[in-house]
Amino acid sequence: MSEKKSYLKHLAEKNVRLDERDMFEYRKPIEIKTNVSKNADGSAFVKLGETQVIAGVKISVGEPFPDRPDEGTFIVNAEFAAIASPRFEPGPPGEDAIELARIIDRGIRSANAIDLKKLCIDSGKLVWIIFIDIYALNYDGNLVDASMLAAMAALKDARFPKLDGEKIVYGEKTDKKLPINSIPISCTFVRIGNAMIIDPNLKEEDASNCGLVVTCNENDEICALQKLGLEAINEDEVLKCVEIAIEKSKELRKYVG
Amino acid sequence: MEKRFDGRKFDELREIEVKVGILSACDGSAMFRIGNTIAIAGAFGPRECHPKHLQDPEKAILKCHYDMMTFSVPERKSPGPGRREIELSSVIRRALTPAIFLEEFPKTSIDVFIQIMQADAGTRCASICAASLALAEAGIPMRDLVSAVGVGKVNGKLVLDLTKEEEDTEGAVDMPIAIMPGKKKITLLQMDGKLSRDELEEAIKLGVKGCLQIYEIQKKALKEKYKVR
Repeated sequence: MSEKKSYLKHLAEKNVRLDERDMFEYRKPIEIKTNVSKNADGSAFVKLGETQVIAGVKISVGEPFPDRPDEGTFIVNAEFAAIASPRFEPGPPGEDAIELARIIDRGIRSANAIDLKKLCIDSGKLVWIIFIDIYALNYDGNLVDASMLAAMAALKDARFPKLDGEKIVYGEKTDKKLPINSIPISCTFVRIGNAMIIDPNLKEEDASNCGLVVTCNENDEICALQKLGLEAINEDEVLKCVEIAIEKSKELRKYVG
Repeated sequence: MEKRFDGRKFDELREIEVKVGILSACDGSAMFRIGNTIAIAGAFGPRECHPKHLQDPEKAILKCHYDMMTFSVPERKSPGPGRREIELSSVIRRALTPAIFLEEFPKTSIDVFIQIMQADAGTRCASICAASLALAEAGIPMRDLVSAVGVGKVNGKLVLDLTKEEEDTEGAVDMPIAIMPGKKKITLLQMDGKLSRDELEEAIKLGVKGCLQIYEIQKKALKEKYKVR
């Protein structure tokens, strides 16, 4: 174990963090700006500490899945752009970017955040397709929570484009909002030594041995879980994270509005 | 045509906003907005060059990656570089190369990554302006900044800093130009459309004039970053 990691472990055992935050405290301020990219149908920029992400929503039309003829679809894609960290390299999304996109996707899907039935235009023939693209701009840990906030803020910001028959009229937006039923919020925990912390920065992520992402909706229900890291986690730890996530997610949800 | 679509004069730039040092993970970074076009550039290096066979024992190599965010254009662009992005990365690299003292850092690489957040024509020029500031902030020794702007001909008139609407006009000419403003050396010149010899001369003059204005804004933004507060 490197000196840096053992130092963080030493601090964690005394319930102290390098930036003097409480163990279950998010970095502040959390900054969210919407409508940051005018050609997107919805967009949001999120700054969580030094971590920065941008999410954009593009709305298109297409055929529904044969087994869900009266439901629209959505697709989450994440790009860990090489601009965001010396650790990232240009090229198609790797394991980590794909895992992040899938965590966000499952959170939105399980919470029924988007009312997919309302995205049906002509049953079995034409439905709205929503693309949510997330770009990491500056990586200082916890891209998941920043991305979840950005994705939901961009979805809330989005307006349907104008439709002419079966084609989108580009450049002409309507003022109709997307059918958003719920705002799922993710809370990321990592364990350093034996201590659990929330919202790890990059140094803390590097020093951690395992972690857990808990996504909750506004009814205190857990919508998605993802265990992180290589070491095992205890049931007690999982339950503690869930309890804290239920509380913390309420705080974070206010930023999305 | 008396006035341009957005009411600008023929030799008038769009509104420009520049910020230096926006991303902490990079060695240098900058945002350059011109009208509705926004480019973000991050520079890394000089650092170890991978893969090793690309190393040059005489000098550093400069690598540039230009990428458009999928939602930066009206119709969603599929992620990852296409033919256009690959060509643009190359011309941007060549536009910046003459400004950098690459010979001071043999065997290393200097990497510049550019993300287009919002596109309304002139993205390669905005990229070059942002990238040269990112390189400067990274502390990489340079002969000069590089400033760039689009020039063209719309409805028979030579104009500075075209929008997408102007670029899409029937018969429009589009000519991006980049210079090292100190000695007015041209480091990027591309053109499509039809121009006479005299029009070309006029267009280059107009481009250089635009670049010099941008240069002042770039220098101001760079100084702003290092201002003692």
